[in-house]
Amino acid sequence: MSTTTPASVPKPRVGDARAGEHQSENVKQPAASEVQAKISVRNLDFFYGRAQALYNLSLDIPERVVMAFIGPSGCGKSTFLRTLNRMNDTIPGTRAVGQVEIDGRDIYAPGTDVVELRRKVGMVFQKSNPFPKSIFDNVAYGLRINRMTTSKGELQEKVEQALTDAALWPEVKDRLKTSALGLSGGQQQRLCIARALAVQPEVVLMDEPASALDPMATQKIEELIVELKQQYTIVIVTHNMQQAARVSDQTAFFWLGKLIEINSTEKVFTNPDEKLTEDYITGRFG
Amino acid sequence: MQPNIPTPAAQYGASARRWNWRRALSSTGSTGDAVFRVILFLCAMLILLIVVSMVTMMAANAMPSIRRFGFGFLTGRDWNPVADSFGALPFIYGTIVSSIIALIIAVPLSLGVAVFLVEQAPRRIARPIAFLVELLAAIPSVVYGLWGIFVLAPFLRVYVEPPLQKWFGWLPLFQGRITGIGLLTGGVILAIMVTPIITAVVRDVLAAVPVSQREAALALGATKWETTRVVLANAASGIAGAIVLGLGRAIGETMAVTMVIGNVPQISASLFEPSYTIASVLASNFSEATDELYLSALIQIGLILFLVTFMVNGVAKLLVWSVTRGTSGTARAT
Repeated sequence: MSTTTPASVPKPRVGDARAGEHQSENVKQPAASEVQAKISVRNLDFFYGRAQALYNLSLDIPERVVMAFIGPSGCGKSTFLRTLNRMNDTIPGTRAVGQVEIDGRDIYAPGTDVVELRRKVGMVFQKSNPFPKSIFDNVAYGLRINRMTTSKGELQEKVEQALTDAALWPEVKDRLKTSALGLSGGQQQRLCIARALAVQPEVVLMDEPASALDPMATQKIEELIVELKQQYTIVIVTHNMQQAARVSDQTAFFWLGKLIEINSTEKVFTNPDEKLTEDYITGRFG
Repeated sequence: MQPNIPTPAAQYGASARRWNWRRALSSTGSTGDAVFRVILFLCAMLILLIVVSMVTMMAANAMPSIRRFGFGFLTGRDWNPVADSFGALPFIYGTIVSSIIALIIAVPLSLGVAVFLVEQAPRRIARPIAFLVELLAAIPSVVYGLWGIFVLAPFLRVYVEPPLQKWFGWLPLFQGRITGIGLLTGGVILAIMVTPIITAVVRDVLAAVPVSQREAALALGATKWETTRVVLANAASGIAGAIVLGLGRAIGETMAVTMVIGNVPQISASLFEPSYTIASVLASNFSEATDELYLSALIQIGLILFLVTFMVNGVAKLLVWSVTRGTSGTARAT
């Protein structure tokens, strides 16, 4: 942990080596970046009715990295995560203003196919939420509704692949037809990850995926996340700072609906630019 | 009561061994609480007493008929008080068929309304509609009956039954005289009466399905329709319960049906023909049943109705409860 006060670090900063496009709030993004951002957010405000939850957020998430969102409860990190697949649309009275571009397309533009967006941007929730169906049918659900397979054999193949990717296959291969509700909490959460992976998303959003799990199950999920970034862009919200440090490449710190700092995880946890970030990391509040 | 916890009396010695009625009846030892508790207990017991006395009264009074006809009572088709011949089959038939008609109409309608209220409608629309639905359930049966006679029956006679006969007249169901008074009208009025009940229960059941299930489906690229199907699957047993609850109401409903079903004890394949239900035969014949066997036969019919609705409602409550208490059929993190 750095002992120098981060506040003394000069404000206009140069991004870290990994991706030269990090910035804090109100700092304009460089026009061109060496890495094409998978997700690019510009000046995003978000409202629950009249209450504003997010203030002028701008950040880029490069492809195939694990981006962690940290911050105290109510800081807006989950709200922000849910703007990335427009899951907040389901809550009446919410409103997003600004731009969220995925692969260069603004997902809040009129005429956006939200169903297609959500297939491309998968989500894993805080509480595992398998359907009250068999393990197989849970994973097959997304494939079926999106008509992604043409034969029974292909369906089985893709279900097996998804379960393998989610590191669950060896544990469930002999009980695919049994109810998913009979699995342990950790297994259920990995099943939900498998279900999300089955529809071949490009981005996987994870909202505190391990917060309801015991340490062993948590470790499995974390190993899985590191494994998955080979193929997917992963955005994870976590309360657990050790977890963010273990699994992520980049970390964004939110406070009161504002993005305070976004940097490489190593930098955020050893030598953050902002005093507020250090105070939070070191447990002075939150 | 709780030997491990020293009561004040035990601590202070004096009356430790004497049984204290106040403490036995109330944890606080207050006289008022003890009396209060006794009163509440008696109220609860009264309910049980009423049920027991109903069953015993009916069973006792139905005995002459039960002895005379035995199980043949259920299969007998002849109902002739003058000849002391009593068979309940026409009423059982009328009850079953009118209830089936009611459910065929009411179930899709109720599901549609409930899904709209829970899944689609914005709150400012859902609230007043839900309120109206609940008001419908509170309208007295006799009012439905009047409306049935003066509005529904003529409407069916003029606009519904002739086309049915024209296009589906090759089915025995739609043959015969068109009067507007008969099984079909009885079934339709029942449908209108049970729709609010089924809707209200299905709405509660759907609302009890966790948001996480909807989000799970949406996050996988499910459309609104596909998400709704997930919700319905989650709520399946509760929906079944709501339907059975509606069935219970349809079976037992008396006044409105009596007013529009025609009250003729016959078994006819045609839905246009007048019929009779268990409840309506009880209501319309009770005052004229003077001799003992006649009365006893009516009471036996009442007993059958009581037992059937008792069981149907019991099953319904269990089904609904299995969903709304939030375990069976719903996913939970462990």
